[in-house]
Amino acid sequence: MQLFPCPFCGPRPETEFHYGGEAGKVRPEPAEAVSETAWADYLHAQANPKGVSREVWVHLACGEFFVLSRHTVTHEILGAEAMPGREA
Amino acid sequence: MSGWRLPEGGAIDRSRRLSFTFDGRPLTGHPGDTIASALLANGVRIVARSFKYHRPRGLFAAGVEEPNALVDVTRDGRTAPNLRATCEPLVEGLAVAAVNAAPDAGGDRQAWIDRFSRFLPAGFYYKTFMWPGWELFEPRIRAMAGLGRLDPDHRPPGTAPQIDAACDLLVVGAGPAGLAAARAAAARGERVLLLDDQPEPGGSLRWLGGTIGGADWHDWVQDTLERVAAAGGRYLAWTTAYGIYDHGLVCAWRRLGEAPDQLWRIRPQVSVLAAGAIERPLTFPDNDRPGVMLAEAALRYLRVWAVAPGRRAVVATNNDTAYRTAAALAEAGVAVEILDIRSDSPAMATCDLPVHRGRLPEGVVGRGGVTAVRAGGRELAADALLVSGGWTPSVHLWRHAGGRVRFAEELAAFVPDGAVNGLRVAGAANGRFGLAAALADGHTAAAGAGPAPQPELPDPAYAFEPAWPRPDAEGRQWIDLQNDVTLKDVALAAREGFRSVEHLKRYTTLGMATDQGKTSNMAGLAAMAELSGRSIPEVGTTTFRPPFVPVPLSILGGRRRGQFFNPLRRLQLEPEHRAADAAFREYGGWLRPAWYARSDDPGAGPTAVAAEARAARQAVGLFDGSPLGKIEVIGPDAAKLLDFVLYNRVSTLEVGRIRYVLMLSESGVVFDDGVVARLAEDRFVFSCSSGHVPAVRLRLEEWRQDRFDPARVFVHDATSHWATLTATGPRARALVEVALPQAAPALAELAHMTLAESAWEDVPLRIARVSFTGDRSYELSVPQSAAGRLWARLCAGLEGHGGRRIGLEALLTLRAEKGFVVVGKDTDGLTLPQDLGMEGPLRKRNDEFVGRRSLMLPDAQRDDRRQLVGLQVPDGAPPLPTGAHAVTGQGPQRRSIGYVTSSYDSPALGRPIALGLIERGRARLGERVRLLHLGAGLEATLCAPAFFDPQGARIDA
Ligand SMILES: [Zn+2]
Repeated sequence: MQLFPCPFCGPRPETEFHYGGEAGKVRPEPAEAVSETAWADYLHAQANPKGVSREVWVHLACGEFFVLSRHTVTHEILGAEAMPGREA
Repeated sequence: MSGWRLPEGGAIDRSRRLSFTFDGRPLTGHPGDTIASALLANGVRIVARSFKYHRPRGLFAAGVEEPNALVDVTRDGRTAPNLRATCEPLVEGLAVAAVNAAPDAGGDRQAWIDRFSRFLPAGFYYKTFMWPGWELFEPRIRAMAGLGRLDPDHRPPGTAPQIDAACDLLVVGAGPAGLAAARAAAARGERVLLLDDQPEPGGSLRWLGGTIGGADWHDWVQDTLERVAAAGGRYLAWTTAYGIYDHGLVCAWRRLGEAPDQLWRIRPQVSVLAAGAIERPLTFPDNDRPGVMLAEAALRYLRVWAVAPGRRAVVATNNDTAYRTAAALAEAGVAVEILDIRSDSPAMATCDLPVHRGRLPEGVVGRGGVTAVRAGGRELAADALLVSGGWTPSVHLWRHAGGRVRFAEELAAFVPDGAVNGLRVAGAANGRFGLAAALADGHTAAAGAGPAPQPELPDPAYAFEPAWPRPDAEGRQWIDLQNDVTLKDVALAAREGFRSVEHLKRYTTLGMATDQGKTSNMAGLAAMAELSGRSIPEVGTTTFRPPFVPVPLSILGGRRRGQFFNPLRRLQLEPEHRAADAAFREYGGWLRPAWYARSDDPGAGPTAVAAEARAARQAVGLFDGSPLGKIEVIGPDAAKLLDFVLYNRVSTLEVGRIRYVLMLSESGVVFDDGVVARLAEDRFVFSCSSGHVPAVRLRLEEWRQDRFDPARVFVHDATSHWATLTATGPRARALVEVALPQAAPALAELAHMTLAESAWEDVPLRIARVSFTGDRSYELSVPQSAAGRLWARLCAGLEGHGGRRIGLEALLTLRAEKGFVVVGKDTDGLTLPQDLGMEGPLRKRNDEFVGRRSLMLPDAQRDDRRQLVGLQVPDGAPPLPTGAHAVTGQGPQRRSIGYVTSSYDSPALGRPIALGLIERGRARLGERVRLLHLGAGLEATLCAPAFFDPQGARIDA
């Protein structure tokens, strides 16, 4: 069982968290101006890096979404930060 | 072998006698015995039948590595299967039974299988029973093989606690290395958690003895435990660390005997693994006969339980550690001869017992047990053959944590190599054999200050010389006792190309099952290396995975059993429903009334459902809709957030009005539906489906935090705060007016899809006119604390109006009559809003909302999408089965064009109704379709989904 650091609550067991998505993905819009390829990329294309990955997770206990950096091979946790503009 | 109890000695309580049975035979032992030591003391030789060939087997080891002595143990009417007799304490009244043997281990009637063993090589079953079908043979084969029997009525007597713990230093193993590590850490004030899988501390000190730091080992162990406790640490006896997981989590199984076992989840700063080493067998023909035992196991039986394995023993070894067994047995009065592969060694030089140099066993005489050992062309009379092939460090936990190993030639063993953060290995597990080496290594692993604890005597030499399986020898040589894998099977695997160690394991089953090859893996690797002309490190090792030993499922389940296995949410009014004879079922994670019926007859349910549905259409039905979602969205940006997250705009909604909405995923798929009421300019309540509340709340929260100013909009799930009681039907208004006279003026003005906030007695009351039945309906929401009062008030008038309480089944029937969908039942993972006939918002909206772009994709615009329709069966036909597929084409061209999603017998219409998702459904209304269900052909006519009151005239009736 991994320990994830919630920026608001501190280290907690991974079962208290849900994966939100890849961090830094920007929703393309307005819909009329978005190509099918760009939309498909947004929906389905994941970088899925072997190594350091930045991901959005939510801590279900406090309800806060945040950005987690972790290593996808070693499962090492490299850091966690509140969403931009949110104070931890 | 005929084991016997020494007249004195051992850590057993001779003043008390415990009775137990083995395969029905009454036997006795003493407190302190294990089942294994008691069996040995009673002279029981055959304790098991082997897995595949039903060969007689005896005790082979004394600890966790035991491959043979698996037993089913019954106590107080409860049977636990496949326990290792070496790890179970003897308790008064145990009924012990050998596994895989009928009627008993001594006289097993499947023993004939062994005579056909040459026809049963590795892979035999798979190869031979392929035709005509493995499934025809499997039941018989499984009945003959397999191990213990599971008792279907077995229930753990109590719930296993799951305990989370943290410590500065975790030490696995309370032998000399572990104790030295714990002592060193405690000396600088660290909180130590010290685990040992045995009921008593000391590890090998318990049978090897010794003096440490000038004190007898008992005193040194006690002193160390006191120091650990004084520094705030703890020693847990009979506790097995069985796995290391991500981020250094160590899981341990603690046994207490009478109280339920415990699961410990430990988060240490640093862990020291001092799990010791496991002795290896020697490989020679018939090396599986009862009476063949690991040499150090024999010493352990002798010292800890005062049991000798026989009267005449041959000790066979390739190293000096077995000489201490030989000496101890001789001292206890056993006649001992030694076979040694080596020509010289320090122990040999000082040994005064007969030693046959340069010799190992060439075979065993005796079927049901050793009567003599063949060596050098002679037969040495013996009833016990005690073997040592050297030692294998227990690197299991190190490997779980991702640690590397290297092959140490001088030990012919894999030892830890490199580093793992926060993890150290010490003592025999680290390849440091001997008491002084273990103490020094443990002290160092814990970064101890000053000199390490010293034993009185320096360590004797290990003086090991490898003795690997010899493929050229005659006869059947066992590599893996538990899985009945012989050297021939390994040779077959090598010949057939299964040379990778992982293939070898899967093809021959070597190293599988409950012992995971603890005594067999090294011999298997060495045999494969020899057969394939490679070195042992070239063959490599298989992956070590948790658990180190079999652990009971009860500790992994913990509290999650019975009603807590998948806890259901319960209604505040459950007692009231029960008092009214409700039959409860699960709906979306809630335990809710399905119908109300006094009788449990199979026919009572459908009869009650029909009567409830009829009463609701003709008069009034009252149901408990409390699980309905009530997610409040509050703040100046509340409308903006909801507009973005929902398919339908709510910013245009007037205060006090209600709108039906869909919630889509970004793929455009319908995720949920519900109604949104605007309570104030900046306050909405979203009544989503009861089963989707947590997911809907999380989606709102995600967009709130990701896209909006969280200071300007807030999401609050108030579902559990409110009870919602709904009256529906032509007499619903009359019922509510009589029950709540104060609300009558508000009711008079309340139009369909509007909401009034008022008060009832001393609590707030929300009245919403929303209908899931098509009839006039009033949803009355009050705080849960007032639910009982309101329910009683409404029920009091129910009979006078010809109404009934209605359960979920009647409600689901009523909504299907109207063609109203249940998202997730009448929709699937491809259903878009236009498939439900809701194109409006897509056409009209030009602002962004979740899923919008997806609805514009060519696939979303296809005209052959599956669309919601009604299905009508021919007159007199029964209801369609839910899940039946509509099909088109014949033979190989036949394909599904959709399926039935809901199907009911409609009391209002007096015939069956069904909903379905059918390709081009809306363009085909009136067409007949063929359906297929479990091979049977059916037919139906497509129609509009609203079967009842399609004009909606009844909503204001
Ligand atoms: Zn948190």
